[in-house]
Amino acid sequence: MAIRPATVAEVPDVSGRRSWLAQVRDFCRERPLGAIGAAVVVVNILVALSANVVAPYDPLATDYGAMLAPPSAGHWLGTDAFGRDVLTRILYGSRTAMLVGFACAFFGATLGAVIGVASAYFAGKVDLIVQRFMDIFLAFPLIILALAVVSILGTGIQNVIMAITIPMIPRAALVARSSALAIRELPYVDAARAAGFRHRRIILRHMLPNVMAPYLIMLTAYLGQAILLEASLSFLGLGVSEPTAAWGLMLRGAAVQFAEAAPWMAIFPGLAISLAVFAFNLFGDSLRDALDPRLKTQ
Amino acid sequence: MAKYIVKRLLLMIPTLLGVAVLIFFLMRVVPGDIVEMRFAGESAFAQKENLDKERARLGLDQPLWKQFVTWMWGIVQLDFGTSMWTGSPIFEEIKLRAALSFQLAVMATVIAVVLAIPLGVVAALKQDTWVDYGVRIFSIAGLATPSFWLGIVFILMLLIVFKWLPPMVYTPFWVNPWQNMLQLIWPALAVGYRYSAVATRMTRSAMLEVLREDYIRTARAKGLWQKLILSRHALKNAMLPVLAVVALEFAFLMGGLVVTEQVFNLNGLGMLFVESVARRDYTLTQALVMLVAFVFIFVNFTVDLMYAWLDPRIRFR
Repeated sequence: MAIRPATVAEVPDVSGRRSWLAQVRDFCRERPLGAIGAAVVVVNILVALSANVVAPYDPLATDYGAMLAPPSAGHWLGTDAFGRDVLTRILYGSRTAMLVGFACAFFGATLGAVIGVASAYFAGKVDLIVQRFMDIFLAFPLIILALAVVSILGTGIQNVIMAITIPMIPRAALVARSSALAIRELPYVDAARAAGFRHRRIILRHMLPNVMAPYLIMLTAYLGQAILLEASLSFLGLGVSEPTAAWGLMLRGAAVQFAEAAPWMAIFPGLAISLAVFAFNLFGDSLRDALDPRLKTQ
Repeated sequence: MAKYIVKRLLLMIPTLLGVAVLIFFLMRVVPGDIVEMRFAGESAFAQKENLDKERARLGLDQPLWKQFVTWMWGIVQLDFGTSMWTGSPIFEEIKLRAALSFQLAVMATVIAVVLAIPLGVVAALKQDTWVDYGVRIFSIAGLATPSFWLGIVFILMLLIVFKWLPPMVYTPFWVNPWQNMLQLIWPALAVGYRYSAVATRMTRSAMLEVLREDYIRTARAKGLWQKLILSRHALKNAMLPVLAVVALEFAFLMGGLVVTEQVFNLNGLGMLFVESVARRDYTLTQALVMLVAFVFIFVNFTVDLMYAWLDPRIRFR
C-alpha cells in the first residue's frame, strides 16, 4: 500500500509541465542565491509592468506643499524638490530600467552572437577584417562611445538604448566567436555543408543554437551592465530626460544639491539600481553554473 | 618571440588608424561645430562672415580629407596641435588632468588588489561554505553598486556623521600630500570597491582551477606545508589571469571615470572628455580618444606579452 501513492506521484513528473516545474524546484534547491536573484528579478519586472497600479501617486504630480518632505506615512520614501513622491518615481523608474536593460542586452547579445558566429564560420580574410573592426570598437571605452552616440543622436530612451547597445556588440561578438570556433570543427557542420545548405542556414540553424549557453550568460550579464550604464548616462544628463522617471536621473541635480537636507533623494534611487543589478548578477551567475558545468568554477 | 612582438605591434597600427577615422568622422557628424558653440548667444553670431573667418582660422574651411591628413601627419610627428577652444597646446591641457587620473587609477588599483587577493583566495579555499557565499555576495554587490552613487553616499556620510567635506579643489601630491590624499581617497575607495569585485571573482576562479591541478596534488602528497603550497605553487600560477584583469581595468580607469569625477568635482581626463565634446573641441576630443585607445591597446599588448613571458607553455608553443 505504501508504494502506490509514490508511483502515482511519479507519473505526472514525466509530463512536460511538471518536469519543468521540477527543474525550477531543483534550481532553487541547489542554488539558493540564484533563486533569490531570480525572485527579485521577477518582482522587479512585475513592478515595472504594474507601476500604474502599485504606485501610490502620479509620478508627475507635483505637490509644492510637500517639497523635500522626509519619509512619512504619506510618502514612505519622502518627496523630491518638486514634491513628487520618491517611492512612486522609483517604481515607475523600474520601467525605464527594465526596458533599457532588456532591449540593450537582447539586441547587443543577439547581434554580437550573429556577427561572432558568422566571423568564425567564414574564417580566413572575413574573420580577420571583422576582428579588426571589432578591435576598433573595443579600444573605445564603453562610456565614451555611448557619450559620442548620445551627442550625435540626442537624448531620449531610444537613443540611449542605441548608445548602450552599440558598444556591447563587439564584446558579445568576441565571446560568441571563441565558442563558435570550436563548433565549426564539429562533423555536423561539415555534414550540413555537404548536404548543400546555404551559409545563412548553417549559421542560423546549426551553429547559433549551439552557442546558446554563452549567449544566455552574456544576456544576463549585459542586463545589469545596461541598467548601470543607463543610470550613469542619465546622471550625466545624457540619458533619459525629465520628466520621465529614471533612477539615474533621480540622482541628478537636486538630489546632490540638497543631499544634506534630503538624503533620501540620493539614497533610495541608488539602492534601487544596486538591488536590481545585484539580482540580475546573482541570477546570471547561478544560471551560468547550471548551464555550463565547465565554467562552474568561475 | 621577437617575430610575435613585431606582428602584434604592426597589428596595432590598423586598429589605431581605425579609431582615428571613427572619432574624426564621429565628431563631424555631431550637430553644431565649435564656432557655433563659441558665438552662441553673442551678437556676432548673426554675422556669417565672422563665423566663416573663425572657421578659416581653425582650418575648418578645408575639405574633410585634407583636415584628416593634416591631423594624421601631426600625430605621426607626435604633435597633437592646440586645443580649438583654449588655443593652448593639447599636451599641456592633458598633462595635469592625466596626472590626476593616473594617481586615482593607481590608488584604486592598490585598494582593489589589497582587498581582492586575500578575499579571492579565502573564498576558493572555503568553496561552497558561508565564507565563500559571503565573499561572493560582497563581490557581486560591488559589481552592482554604481561607483558614482557610492561616492555620493560617502560624501553624505562624511557630511552628516562627521560634519566634514573632503577638499573640493585639487592639490597635486608633490605640493601637499596630506591634502591630496584627503581628497582622492574617497573616489579611490568608491571606484576601488567595484574594481576589487572584478579582481576578487577572477582570483577565486583562478585559484579554484589551479587547486585542482595535478602538481598541487603532488605537492600535497610530498607532504609540503599548506602555506608553502598556497604561496609558491597555487597563488603564483593563479596570479596570471588576475594580473590581466587588473591591467585591463586600469586601462579602463584612465579614461572611463567620467561620472565619478563629476561627483567629486575632479578635473580628470573623463571630465575633460565631456567638456571637450560639449564644446565640439575637435582636436582635443580626438587627442583624448587616441590617448585612451592607445593606453587600452598597449595594455592589452602588454598583458599578452606578460602571459607569454610568465607562462613558458605559451612561449614555446
